[in-house]
Amino acid sequence: MLILGIESAGSQVGCAIGGHEGVLASAHTGRGRRHAESLTPQMDFVRKQAGIEFSDLGAIAVDVGPGLYTGLRVGITAGVSLAHALGVPMIGVCSLDLLAFPARWTNRLIVTALDARRGELFTALFRKVPGGVQRVREAQVCTPEELATELMDLDEPSLLVGDGALRYAETFASVKKIEMAEQGLASPSARSLVQLAHARAMREEFVQSWEIKPIYLRQPDAEINWATRGDQS
Amino acid sequence: MGDLILGIETSCDETAAAVVERASTVRSSVVNSQVDLHARFGGVVPEVASRAHVELMVPVVAEALLAAGLEGPEVDAVAATTGPGLVGSLLVGVTAAKSLALVWDVPFVSVNHLEAHLYAAFLEEPDLELPLVVLLVSGGHTMLVLMEGHGKYRLLGSTLDDAAGEAFDKVARYLGLDYPGGPAIDALAMEGDASAFKYPRALVQENPATLPDDRRFAFSFSGLKTAVVNHVRNEPDVAAADVAASFQEAVVDALVTKARWAVEATGAKGLCLGGGVAANSRLRERFLDVCMETGVRAFLPSRAMCTDNAAMVAAAGWWRLQSDGPSPLDTGANPNWALPLLP
Ligand SMILES: [Zn+2]
Repeated sequence: MLILGIESAGSQVGCAIGGHEGVLASAHTGRGRRHAESLTPQMDFVRKQAGIEFSDLGAIAVDVGPGLYTGLRVGITAGVSLAHALGVPMIGVCSLDLLAFPARWTNRLIVTALDARRGELFTALFRKVPGGVQRVREAQVCTPEELATELMDLDEPSLLVGDGALRYAETFASVKKIEMAEQGLASPSARSLVQLAHARAMREEFVQSWEIKPIYLRQPDAEINWATRGDQS
Repeated sequence: MGDLILGIETSCDETAAAVVERASTVRSSVVNSQVDLHARFGGVVPEVASRAHVELMVPVVAEALLAAGLEGPEVDAVAATTGPGLVGSLLVGVTAAKSLALVWDVPFVSVNHLEAHLYAAFLEEPDLELPLVVLLVSGGHTMLVLMEGHGKYRLLGSTLDDAAGEAFDKVARYLGLDYPGGPAIDALAMEGDASAFKYPRALVQENPATLPDDRRFAFSFSGLKTAVVNHVRNEPDVAAADVAASFQEAVVDALVTKARWAVEATGAKGLCLGGGVAANSRLRERFLDVCMETGVRAFLPSRAMCTDNAAMVAAAGWWRLQSDGPSPLDTGANPNWALPLLP
Protein backbone atom coordinates (compact mmCIF):
# COMPACT_ATOMS: atom_id res chain seq x y z
CA MET A 1 0.00 0.00 0.00
CA LEU A 2 1.25 3.46 -0.91
CA ILE A 3 1.05 6.10 1.81
CA LEU A 4 1.53 9.86 1.63
CA GLY A 5 2.84 11.31 4.90
CA ILE A 6 2.64 14.94 5.98
CA GLU A 7 4.80 16.27 8.79
CA SER A 8 4.42 19.90 9.85
CA ALA A 9 4.35 19.95 13.64
CA GLY A 10 7.87 21.32 14.08
CA SER A 11 9.76 24.20 12.58
CA GLN A 12 10.11 22.19 9.35
CA VAL A 13 7.47 21.00 6.94
CA GLY A 14 7.85 17.76 5.05
CA CYS A 15 6.05 15.33 2.82
CA ALA A 16 6.91 11.79 1.69
CA ILE A 17 5.41 8.90 -0.25
CA GLY A 18 6.33 5.30 0.43
CA GLY A 19 5.15 1.73 0.72
CA HIS A 20 6.51 -1.73 1.35
CA GLU A 21 9.63 -0.98 -0.72
CA GLY A 22 10.42 1.99 1.51
CA VAL A 23 10.27 5.71 0.86
CA LEU A 24 9.87 6.52 -2.85
CA ALA A 25 10.19 10.30 -2.59
CA SER A 26 10.37 12.94 0.09
CA ALA A 27 10.81 16.69 0.55
CA HIS A 28 11.57 18.80 3.61
CA THR A 29 11.72 22.56 3.97
CA GLY A 30 13.23 24.33 6.92
CA ARG A 31 12.28 27.90 6.12
CA GLY A 32 10.47 28.99 9.26
CA ARG A 33 6.76 29.67 9.37
CA ARG A 34 6.04 29.02 5.74
CA HIS A 35 4.31 25.67 6.20
CA ALA A 36 1.16 26.58 4.27
CA GLU A 37 3.14 28.04 1.37
CA SER A 38 5.53 25.08 1.07
CA LEU A 39 3.33 22.08 1.71
CA THR A 40 1.10 22.04 -1.39
CA PRO A 41 4.02 22.41 -3.86
CA GLN A 42 5.83 19.69 -1.88
CA MET A 43 2.89 17.29 -2.24
CA ASP A 44 2.83 18.02 -5.98
CA PHE A 45 6.61 17.47 -6.29
CA VAL A 46 6.74 14.31 -4.20
CA ARG A 47 3.83 12.78 -6.09
CA LYS A 48 5.56 13.40 -9.42
CA GLN A 49 8.95 12.20 -8.16
CA ALA A 50 7.39 9.01 -6.85
CA GLY A 51 5.90 8.48 -10.30
CA ILE A 52 2.40 7.78 -9.08
CA GLU A 53 -1.09 9.29 -9.29
CA PHE A 54 -2.87 10.55 -6.18
CA SER A 55 -5.49 7.87 -6.86
CA ASP A 56 -2.78 5.23 -6.28
CA LEU A 57 -2.57 6.20 -2.60
CA GLY A 58 -4.12 3.82 -0.10
CA ALA A 59 -3.85 5.99 3.00
CA ILE A 60 -2.77 9.41 4.23
CA ALA A 61 -0.58 9.73 7.33
CA VAL A 62 -0.21 12.90 9.38
CA ASP A 63 1.77 14.03 12.36
CA VAL A 64 -0.95 14.90 14.89
CA GLY A 65 1.36 16.72 17.31
CA PRO A 66 2.10 17.92 19.86
CA GLY A 67 3.75 20.75 17.97
CA LEU A 68 3.56 24.38 16.96
CA TYR A 69 -0.14 25.04 16.52
CA THR A 70 -0.26 26.82 13.19
CA GLY A 71 2.00 24.36 11.40
CA LEU A 72 0.19 21.44 12.99
CA ARG A 73 -3.15 22.72 11.72
CA VAL A 74 -1.80 23.22 8.20
CA GLY A 75 -0.56 19.62 8.03
CA ILE A 76 -3.69 18.10 9.51
CA THR A 77 -6.00 20.18 7.29
CA ALA A 78 -4.05 19.16 4.19
CA GLY A 79 -4.10 15.52 5.29
CA VAL A 80 -7.82 15.30 6.02
CA SER A 81 -8.64 17.21 2.81
CA LEU A 82 -6.61 14.73 0.77
CA ALA A 83 -8.05 11.70 2.55
CA HIS A 84 -11.58 13.00 2.08
CA ALA A 85 -11.08 13.81 -1.60
CA LEU A 86 -9.50 10.42 -2.30
CA GLY A 87 -11.84 8.46 -0.06
CA VAL A 88 -8.96 6.76 1.76
CA PRO A 89 -8.38 6.17 5.50
CA MET A 90 -5.79 7.91 7.65
CA ILE A 91 -3.08 7.13 10.15
CA GLY A 92 -2.24 9.70 12.82
CA VAL A 93 1.19 9.54 14.45
CA CYS A 94 2.42 11.53 17.44
CA SER A 95 5.32 13.90 16.67
CA LEU A 96 7.34 12.59 19.61
CA ASP A 97 7.04 9.00 18.33
CA LEU A 98 8.44 10.28 15.03
CA LEU A 99 11.30 11.94 16.84
CA ALA A 100 12.16 8.78 18.80
CA PHE A 101 11.87 6.38 15.84
CA PRO A 102 15.23 7.17 14.10
CA ALA A 103 16.98 6.82 17.50
CA ARG A 104 15.70 3.25 17.95
CA TRP A 105 19.23 1.77 17.78
CA THR A 106 20.31 3.10 21.14
CA ASN A 107 20.15 1.08 24.37
CA ARG A 108 19.70 4.34 26.25
CA LEU A 109 16.41 5.78 27.40
CA ILE A 110 15.19 7.95 24.49
CA VAL A 111 14.08 11.37 25.74
CA THR A 112 12.26 13.41 23.10
CA ALA A 113 11.95 17.17 23.57
CA LEU A 114 10.37 19.42 20.94
CA ASP A 115 10.54 23.19 21.36
CA ALA A 116 7.04 24.27 22.44
CA ARG A 117 8.01 28.00 22.57
CA ARG A 118 7.19 30.13 25.65
CA GLY A 119 10.10 28.47 27.46
CA GLU A 120 8.46 25.04 27.39
CA LEU A 121 9.02 21.64 25.79
CA PHE A 122 6.80 18.86 24.50
CA THR A 123 8.35 15.70 25.90
CA ALA A 124 7.89 11.94 26.14
CA LEU A 125 10.18 9.02 27.09
CA PHE A 126 10.78 5.91 24.96
CA ARG A 127 12.66 2.66 25.01
CA LYS A 128 13.61 0.51 22.04
CA VAL A 129 11.63 -2.67 21.37
CA PRO A 130 12.03 -5.11 18.45
CA GLY A 131 11.15 -3.20 15.27
CA GLY A 132 10.66 0.21 16.84
CA VAL A 133 10.21 2.17 20.03
CA GLN A 134 7.72 2.06 22.86
CA ARG A 135 6.57 4.98 24.94
CA VAL A 136 7.37 4.62 28.63
CA ARG A 137 6.09 8.06 29.67
CA GLU A 138 3.19 9.88 28.00
CA ALA A 139 3.54 13.16 26.12
CA GLN A 140 3.38 16.27 28.27
CA VAL A 141 4.35 19.90 28.22
CA CYS A 142 6.96 21.01 30.79
CA THR A 143 9.84 23.42 31.29
CA PRO A 144 13.43 22.37 30.51
CA GLU A 145 14.16 22.56 34.25
CA GLU A 146 11.32 20.17 35.04
CA LEU A 147 12.59 17.70 32.45
CA ALA A 148 16.16 18.00 33.80
CA THR A 149 14.89 17.19 37.30
CA GLU A 150 12.91 14.21 36.00
CA LEU A 151 16.05 12.86 34.29
CA MET A 152 18.21 13.40 37.38
CA ASP A 153 15.72 11.37 39.42
CA LEU A 154 15.68 8.58 36.84
CA ASP A 155 19.50 8.61 36.79
CA GLU A 156 19.96 6.34 33.80
CA PRO A 157 21.84 6.57 30.51
CA SER A 158 19.67 8.72 28.23
CA LEU A 159 19.71 10.07 24.71
CA LEU A 160 18.13 13.52 24.33
CA VAL A 161 16.51 14.08 20.93
CA GLY A 162 14.82 17.15 19.45
CA ASP A 163 15.16 20.85 18.73
CA GLY A 164 13.97 21.62 22.26
CA ALA A 165 16.79 19.52 23.74
CA LEU A 166 19.34 21.39 21.62
CA ARG A 167 17.87 24.81 22.41
CA TYR A 168 18.11 24.25 26.15
CA ALA A 169 21.34 22.18 26.05
CA GLU A 170 22.79 24.27 28.90
CA THR A 171 19.98 23.25 31.23
CA PHE A 172 20.80 19.59 30.62
CA ALA A 173 24.61 19.98 30.79
CA SER A 174 24.72 19.21 34.50
CA VAL A 175 22.55 16.08 34.23
CA LYS A 176 24.75 12.96 34.39
CA LYS A 177 24.71 10.05 31.87
CA ILE A 178 23.11 12.19 29.17
CA GLU A 179 24.01 12.21 25.52
CA MET A 180 22.70 14.73 23.00
CA ALA A 181 21.47 13.47 19.65
CA GLU A 182 22.77 15.33 16.62
CA GLN A 183 21.07 18.15 14.73
CA GLY A 184 20.05 15.80 11.90
CA LEU A 185 17.60 14.05 14.23
CA ALA A 186 16.26 17.25 15.81
CA SER A 187 12.97 17.43 13.84
CA PRO A 188 10.31 14.81 13.15
CA SER A 189 10.63 13.64 9.55
CA ALA A 190 8.06 12.73 6.94
CA ARG A 191 10.25 9.76 5.98
CA SER A 192 9.93 8.30 9.49
CA LEU A 193 6.22 9.05 9.36
CA VAL A 194 5.73 7.01 6.20
CA GLN A 195 7.79 4.12 7.61
CA LEU A 196 5.89 4.08 10.90
CA ALA A 197 2.53 4.53 9.18
CA HIS A 198 3.26 1.66 6.79
CA ALA A 199 3.84 -0.69 9.71
CA ARG A 200 0.53 0.40 11.19
CA ALA A 201 -1.22 0.06 7.83
CA MET A 202 -0.06 -3.58 7.68
CA ARG A 203 -1.81 -4.07 11.02
CA GLU A 204 -4.82 -2.18 9.58
CA GLU A 205 -4.66 0.44 12.30
CA PHE A 206 -6.56 3.05 10.31
CA VAL A 207 -8.81 5.88 11.40
CA GLN A 208 -11.26 7.96 9.36
CA SER A 209 -10.45 11.58 8.52
CA TRP A 210 -12.98 12.94 11.01
CA GLU A 211 -11.31 10.99 13.82
CA ILE A 212 -7.99 12.79 13.35
CA LYS A 213 -7.60 15.31 16.19
CA PRO A 214 -4.59 17.54 16.81
CA ILE A 215 -2.80 16.98 20.13
CA TYR A 216 -2.37 20.48 21.55
CA LEU A 217 -1.50 19.65 25.20
CA ARG A 218 -2.37 23.26 26.10
CA GLN A 219 -5.70 25.08 26.35
CA PRO A 220 -6.03 28.37 24.45
CA ASP A 221 -5.00 31.26 26.76
CA ALA A 222 -8.53 32.65 26.65
CA GLU A 223 -9.90 29.34 28.00
CA ILE A 224 -7.37 29.35 30.83
CA ASN A 225 -8.13 32.96 31.73
CA TRP A 226 -11.84 32.32 31.55
CA ALA A 227 -11.61 29.19 33.70
CA THR A 228 -9.48 30.88 36.36
CA ARG A 229 -11.17 34.27 36.49
CA GLY A 230 -13.57 33.01 39.18
CA ASP A 231 -10.64 32.17 41.46
CA GLN A 232 -9.15 35.63 41.16
CA SER A 233 -12.23 37.71 41.85
CA MET B 1 -12.71 27.57 -18.34
CA GLY B 2 -15.05 25.76 -16.00
CA ASP B 3 -18.03 27.31 -14.33
CA LEU B 4 -18.50 25.33 -11.12
CA ILE B 5 -16.50 26.90 -8.31
CA LEU B 6 -16.09 25.52 -4.81
CA GLY B 7 -15.57 28.48 -2.47
CA ILE B 8 -14.05 28.26 1.01
CA GLU B 9 -14.21 30.98 3.68
CA THR B 10 -12.44 30.88 7.06
CA SER B 11 -11.25 34.45 7.60
CA CYS B 12 -12.89 34.93 11.00
CA ASP B 13 -15.31 32.78 12.98
CA GLU B 14 -17.45 31.17 10.28
CA THR B 15 -16.36 27.98 8.59
CA ALA B 16 -18.06 28.10 5.20
CA ALA B 17 -18.09 26.30 1.87
CA ALA B 18 -20.28 26.78 -1.20
CA VAL B 19 -20.65 25.70 -4.79
CA VAL B 20 -21.56 28.45 -7.25
CA GLU B 21 -22.07 28.23 -11.00
CA ARG B 22 -20.89 31.10 -13.21
CA ALA B 23 -20.78 33.48 -10.24
CA SER B 24 -24.57 33.66 -10.29
CA THR B 25 -26.28 30.38 -9.41
CA VAL B 26 -25.73 29.25 -5.83
CA ARG B 27 -25.84 25.45 -5.93
CA SER B 28 -25.12 25.18 -2.20
CA SER B 29 -23.94 27.41 0.63
CA VAL B 30 -23.03 26.00 4.03
CA VAL B 31 -22.05 28.31 6.89
CA ASN B 32 -21.06 26.90 10.26
CA SER B 33 -20.95 29.80 12.67
CA GLN B 34 -18.76 29.45 15.75
CA VAL B 35 -20.62 32.27 17.49
CA ASP B 36 -21.55 30.01 20.42
CA LEU B 37 -17.90 29.11 20.99
CA HIS B 38 -16.88 32.76 21.31
CA ALA B 39 -19.94 34.20 23.04
CA ARG B 40 -18.68 33.71 26.59
CA PHE B 41 -15.46 35.56 25.72
CA GLY B 42 -17.43 38.52 24.33
CA GLY B 43 -15.54 38.41 21.04
CA VAL B 44 -13.68 36.18 18.62
CA VAL B 45 -10.70 34.41 20.19
CA PRO B 46 -8.24 33.62 17.36
CA GLU B 47 -6.86 30.37 18.83
CA VAL B 48 -10.35 29.07 19.59
CA ALA B 49 -11.44 29.98 16.04
CA SER B 50 -8.45 28.24 14.43
CA ARG B 51 -9.05 25.06 16.41
CA ALA B 52 -12.70 24.98 15.40
CA HIS B 53 -11.92 25.61 11.71
CA VAL B 54 -9.66 22.53 11.63
CA GLU B 55 -12.45 20.33 12.97
CA LEU B 56 -15.22 21.81 10.83
CA MET B 57 -13.44 22.39 7.51
CA VAL B 58 -13.80 19.03 5.80
CA PRO B 59 -17.32 18.27 7.13
CA VAL B 60 -18.48 21.69 5.85
CA VAL B 61 -16.90 21.12 2.42
CA ALA B 62 -18.44 17.64 2.29
CA GLU B 63 -21.87 19.06 3.09
CA ALA B 64 -21.56 21.79 0.44
CA LEU B 65 -20.60 19.24 -2.22
CA LEU B 66 -23.38 16.88 -1.19
CA ALA B 67 -25.99 19.65 -1.22
CA ALA B 68 -24.82 20.63 -4.72
CA GLY B 69 -25.15 17.01 -5.84
CA LEU B 70 -21.44 16.67 -6.54
CA GLU B 71 -18.79 14.11 -5.68
CA GLY B 72 -15.96 16.63 -5.81
CA PRO B 73 -13.80 16.06 -8.89
CA GLU B 74 -16.50 17.69 -11.10
CA VAL B 75 -15.69 21.04 -9.55
CA ASP B 76 -13.84 23.27 -12.05
CA ALA B 77 -11.85 25.37 -9.57
CA VAL B 78 -11.42 25.87 -5.83
CA ALA B 79 -11.39 29.42 -4.44
CA ALA B 80 -10.51 30.44 -0.89
CA THR B 81 -10.30 33.66 1.07
CA THR B 82 -6.60 34.33 1.67
CA GLY B 83 -7.02 37.69 3.41
CA PRO B 84 -7.67 39.96 5.16
CA GLY B 85 -8.56 38.15 8.37
CA LEU B 86 -7.12 36.14 11.26
CA VAL B 87 -3.98 34.46 9.98
CA GLY B 88 -4.47 31.14 11.81
CA SER B 89 -8.05 30.89 10.57
CA LEU B 90 -7.20 31.88 6.99
CA LEU B 91 -4.47 29.22 6.78
CA VAL B 92 -6.96 26.42 7.42
CA GLY B 93 -9.17 27.44 4.48
CA VAL B 94 -6.25 28.18 2.15
CA THR B 95 -4.64 24.82 2.91
CA ALA B 96 -7.87 22.88 2.41
CA ALA B 97 -8.56 24.68 -0.88
CA LYS B 98 -5.06 24.17 -2.26
CA SER B 99 -5.06 20.47 -1.25
CA LEU B 100 -8.40 19.83 -2.95
CA ALA B 101 -7.34 21.74 -6.09
CA LEU B 102 -4.16 19.68 -6.24
CA VAL B 103 -5.89 16.31 -5.90
CA TRP B 104 -8.68 17.19 -8.33
CA ASP B 105 -6.16 18.78 -10.71
CA VAL B 106 -8.14 22.02 -11.06
CA PRO B 107 -7.09 25.68 -10.58
CA PHE B 108 -6.81 27.24 -7.14
CA VAL B 109 -7.97 30.86 -6.85
CA SER B 110 -6.93 33.23 -4.08
CA VAL B 111 -9.75 35.64 -3.11
CA ASN B 112 -9.71 38.92 -1.19
CA HIS B 113 -12.40 38.82 1.50
CA LEU B 114 -13.46 42.43 0.91
CA GLU B 115 -13.81 41.84 -2.82
CA ALA B 116 -15.91 38.77 -1.99
CA HIS B 117 -18.29 40.99 0.02
CA LEU B 118 -18.68 43.23 -3.08
CA TYR B 119 -19.65 40.20 -5.13
CA ALA B 120 -22.33 39.04 -2.69
CA ALA B 121 -24.81 41.45 -4.31
CA PHE B 122 -24.24 40.11 -7.83
CA LEU B 123 -25.08 36.58 -6.79
CA GLU B 124 -28.69 37.68 -6.70
CA GLU B 125 -28.55 40.49 -9.29
CA PRO B 126 -26.07 39.19 -11.88
CA ASP B 127 -26.31 42.07 -14.41
CA LEU B 128 -24.13 44.89 -13.28
CA GLU B 129 -24.68 48.52 -14.01
CA LEU B 130 -21.43 50.41 -13.74
CA PRO B 131 -20.08 52.48 -12.21
CA LEU B 132 -21.38 51.41 -8.87
CA VAL B 133 -20.90 52.80 -5.38
CA VAL B 134 -20.36 50.10 -2.77
CA LEU B 135 -20.88 50.71 0.92
CA LEU B 136 -18.97 47.97 2.73
CA VAL B 137 -19.68 47.77 6.45
CA SER B 138 -18.53 45.03 8.80
CA GLY B 139 -16.89 44.44 12.15
CA GLY B 140 -13.49 45.13 10.64
CA HIS B 141 -14.21 47.57 7.80
CA THR B 142 -16.30 50.58 6.89
CA MET B 143 -15.64 51.98 3.44
CA LEU B 144 -17.14 53.54 0.35
CA VAL B 145 -15.76 52.15 -2.88
CA LEU B 146 -16.39 53.15 -6.47
CA MET B 147 -16.51 50.03 -8.63
CA GLU B 148 -15.73 50.91 -12.26
CA GLY B 149 -15.55 47.35 -13.54
CA HIS B 150 -14.74 43.82 -12.42
CA GLY B 151 -11.74 44.08 -10.14
CA LYS B 152 -11.52 47.86 -10.73
CA TYR B 153 -12.04 49.75 -7.50
CA ARG B 154 -11.39 53.26 -6.24
CA LEU B 155 -11.52 53.96 -2.54
CA LEU B 156 -13.71 56.99 -1.87
CA GLY B 157 -13.35 56.94 1.90
CA SER B 158 -13.11 54.70 4.94
CA THR B 159 -13.37 54.93 8.70
CA LEU B 160 -10.77 57.01 10.53
CA ASP B 161 -11.14 54.98 13.73
CA ASP B 162 -13.61 52.21 14.63
CA ALA B 163 -15.46 50.15 12.05
CA ALA B 164 -19.25 50.48 12.30
CA GLY B 165 -19.60 46.86 13.43
CA GLU B 166 -16.97 47.44 16.11
CA ALA B 167 -18.99 50.40 17.44
CA PHE B 168 -22.10 48.18 17.55
CA ASP B 169 -20.20 45.53 19.51
CA LYS B 170 -18.72 48.00 22.00
CA VAL B 171 -22.01 49.78 22.70
CA ALA B 172 -23.81 46.45 23.00
CA ARG B 173 -21.27 45.24 25.53
CA TYR B 174 -21.68 48.47 27.47
CA LEU B 175 -25.44 48.02 27.50
CA GLY B 176 -24.95 44.48 28.80
CA LEU B 177 -26.36 42.89 25.62
CA ASP B 178 -25.39 39.46 24.36
CA TYR B 179 -22.57 38.87 21.90
CA PRO B 180 -22.62 39.45 18.95
CA GLY B 181 -23.65 43.08 19.47
CA GLY B 182 -25.00 43.95 16.01
CA PRO B 183 -28.09 41.73 15.98
CA ALA B 184 -28.67 42.47 19.70
CA ILE B 185 -28.82 46.24 19.10
CA ASP B 186 -30.92 45.75 15.98
CA ALA B 187 -33.50 43.78 17.98
CA LEU B 188 -33.52 46.10 21.00
CA ALA B 189 -33.75 49.21 18.80
CA MET B 190 -37.07 47.98 17.40
CA GLU B 191 -38.60 48.64 20.81
CA GLY B 192 -36.96 52.05 21.24
CA ASP B 193 -37.38 55.61 20.01
CA ALA B 194 -34.68 56.53 17.51
CA SER B 195 -35.24 60.26 18.09
CA ALA B 196 -35.01 60.02 21.89
CA PHE B 197 -31.41 61.25 21.96
CA LYS B 198 -29.45 63.24 19.44
CA TYR B 199 -26.04 61.57 19.38
CA PRO B 200 -23.24 63.11 17.28
CA ARG B 201 -22.78 62.28 13.57
CA ALA B 202 -19.13 62.89 12.84
CA LEU B 203 -18.09 64.42 9.51
CA VAL B 204 -21.71 64.83 8.45
CA GLN B 205 -23.05 68.32 7.66
CA GLU B 206 -25.53 70.12 5.44
CA ASN B 207 -23.16 70.72 2.57
CA PRO B 208 -20.57 68.05 1.73
CA ALA B 209 -18.46 70.64 -0.12
CA THR B 210 -17.52 72.24 3.19
CA LEU B 211 -15.61 69.09 4.18
CA PRO B 212 -12.00 68.64 3.03
CA ASP B 213 -11.58 66.17 0.15
CA ASP B 214 -10.01 63.46 2.29
CA ARG B 215 -12.83 63.64 4.84
CA ARG B 216 -15.84 63.94 2.57
CA PHE B 217 -16.50 60.21 2.31
CA ALA B 218 -14.74 59.26 5.54
CA PHE B 219 -16.42 57.93 8.69
CA SER B 220 -15.68 58.22 12.39
CA PHE B 221 -17.52 56.32 15.12
CA SER B 222 -15.30 56.59 18.18
CA GLY B 223 -16.81 59.97 19.26
CA LEU B 224 -20.29 58.52 18.94
CA LYS B 225 -19.35 55.48 20.99
CA THR B 226 -17.87 57.71 23.72
CA ALA B 227 -20.97 59.94 23.72
CA VAL B 228 -23.25 56.92 24.21
CA VAL B 229 -21.08 55.45 26.96
CA ASN B 230 -20.90 58.80 28.82
CA HIS B 231 -24.63 59.28 28.48
CA VAL B 232 -25.42 55.88 29.99
CA ARG B 233 -22.85 56.42 32.74
CA ASN B 234 -24.43 59.74 33.71
CA GLU B 235 -27.97 58.49 33.39
CA PRO B 236 -27.90 54.83 34.47
CA ASP B 237 -31.71 54.54 34.48
CA VAL B 238 -32.13 55.59 30.86
CA ALA B 239 -34.18 53.22 28.69
CA ALA B 240 -31.68 50.92 26.94
CA ALA B 241 -34.01 50.49 23.96
CA ASP B 242 -34.01 54.26 23.33
CA VAL B 243 -30.23 54.38 23.63
CA ALA B 244 -29.87 51.46 21.19
CA ALA B 245 -32.32 52.98 18.70
CA SER B 246 -30.75 56.46 18.88
CA PHE B 247 -27.23 55.07 18.58
CA GLN B 248 -28.18 52.88 15.63
CA GLU B 249 -29.87 55.85 13.96
CA ALA B 250 -26.69 57.93 14.29
CA VAL B 251 -24.56 55.17 12.71
CA VAL B 252 -27.04 54.54 9.91
CA ASP B 253 -27.42 58.28 9.30
CA ALA B 254 -23.71 58.71 8.76
CA LEU B 255 -23.52 55.64 6.51
CA VAL B 256 -26.43 56.49 4.21
CA THR B 257 -25.65 60.23 4.06
CA LYS B 258 -22.15 59.51 2.79
CA ALA B 259 -23.44 56.85 0.42
CA ARG B 260 -25.85 59.42 -1.05
CA TRP B 261 -23.08 61.98 -1.43
CA ALA B 262 -20.94 59.38 -3.15
CA VAL B 263 -23.69 58.55 -5.64
CA GLU B 264 -24.25 62.25 -6.37
CA ALA B 265 -20.54 63.04 -6.70
CA THR B 266 -19.70 60.10 -8.98
CA GLY B 267 -22.85 59.81 -11.07
CA ALA B 268 -22.97 56.10 -10.22
CA LYS B 269 -25.80 54.04 -11.71
CA GLY B 270 -26.17 51.78 -8.73
CA LEU B 271 -25.60 51.56 -5.01
CA CYS B 272 -24.52 48.31 -3.44
CA LEU B 273 -24.47 47.31 0.21
CA GLY B 274 -22.16 44.65 1.62
CA GLY B 275 -20.59 43.29 4.81
CA GLY B 276 -21.99 41.92 8.05
CA VAL B 277 -23.56 45.21 9.20
CA ALA B 278 -25.57 45.19 5.96
CA ALA B 279 -27.81 42.69 7.74
CA ASN B 280 -29.00 45.53 10.03
CA SER B 281 -32.73 46.19 9.48
CA ARG B 282 -32.60 49.96 9.82
CA LEU B 283 -29.60 50.25 7.48
CA ARG B 284 -31.38 48.14 4.86
CA GLU B 285 -34.49 50.30 5.11
CA ARG B 286 -32.64 53.62 4.82
CA PHE B 287 -30.37 52.23 2.09
CA LEU B 288 -33.42 51.48 -0.06
CA ASP B 289 -34.76 54.99 0.64
CA VAL B 290 -31.54 56.54 -0.66
CA CYS B 291 -31.67 54.42 -3.82
CA MET B 292 -35.30 55.47 -4.42
CA GLU B 293 -34.59 59.15 -3.83
CA THR B 294 -31.48 59.27 -6.01
CA GLY B 295 -33.01 57.04 -8.69
CA VAL B 296 -30.12 54.56 -8.76
CA ARG B 297 -30.42 50.80 -8.83
CA ALA B 298 -30.19 49.08 -5.45
CA PHE B 299 -27.95 46.03 -5.01
CA LEU B 300 -28.98 44.71 -1.65
CA PRO B 301 -27.91 41.14 -0.87
CA SER B 302 -30.10 38.92 1.28
CA ARG B 303 -29.08 38.84 4.94
CA ALA B 304 -27.42 35.43 4.57
CA MET B 305 -25.20 36.81 1.80
CA CYS B 306 -24.23 39.92 3.82
CA THR B 307 -22.63 38.03 6.67
CA ASP B 308 -19.55 35.95 5.93
CA ASN B 309 -20.26 33.06 3.57
CA ALA B 310 -18.45 31.10 0.89
CA ALA B 311 -20.84 31.71 -2.01
CA MET B 312 -19.51 35.25 -2.31
CA VAL B 313 -15.97 33.84 -2.26
CA ALA B 314 -16.82 31.44 -5.07
CA ALA B 315 -18.41 34.29 -7.06
CA ALA B 316 -15.40 36.58 -6.63
CA GLY B 317 -13.16 33.60 -7.40
CA TRP B 318 -14.92 32.97 -10.71
CA TRP B 319 -14.34 36.58 -11.80
CA ARG B 320 -10.72 36.51 -10.64
CA LEU B 321 -10.15 33.29 -12.54
CA GLN B 322 -11.49 34.94 -15.73
CA SER B 323 -9.30 38.00 -15.32
CA ASP B 324 -6.10 36.76 -13.65
CA GLY B 325 -6.08 32.98 -14.11
CA PRO B 326 -5.18 30.49 -11.37
CA SER B 327 -3.19 31.47 -8.28
CA PRO B 328 0.08 29.66 -7.49
CA LEU B 329 0.07 26.68 -5.12
CA ASP B 330 2.60 28.38 -2.85
CA THR B 331 0.03 31.07 -1.96
CA GLY B 332 -0.22 31.64 1.79
CA ALA B 333 -2.47 33.77 3.97
CA ASN B 334 -2.26 37.56 3.79
CA PRO B 335 -3.92 38.78 7.02
CA ASN B 336 -3.62 42.50 6.13
CA TRP B 337 -4.48 42.28 2.44
CA ALA B 338 -6.24 45.50 1.43
CA LEU B 339 -8.86 45.67 -1.32
CA PRO B 340 -6.87 45.87 -4.57
CA LEU B 341 -7.40 49.48 -5.76
CA LEU B 342 -6.80 51.24 -9.06
CA PRO B 343 -3.68 53.40 -9.02
ZN1 LIG C 1 -16.58 39.72 6.24
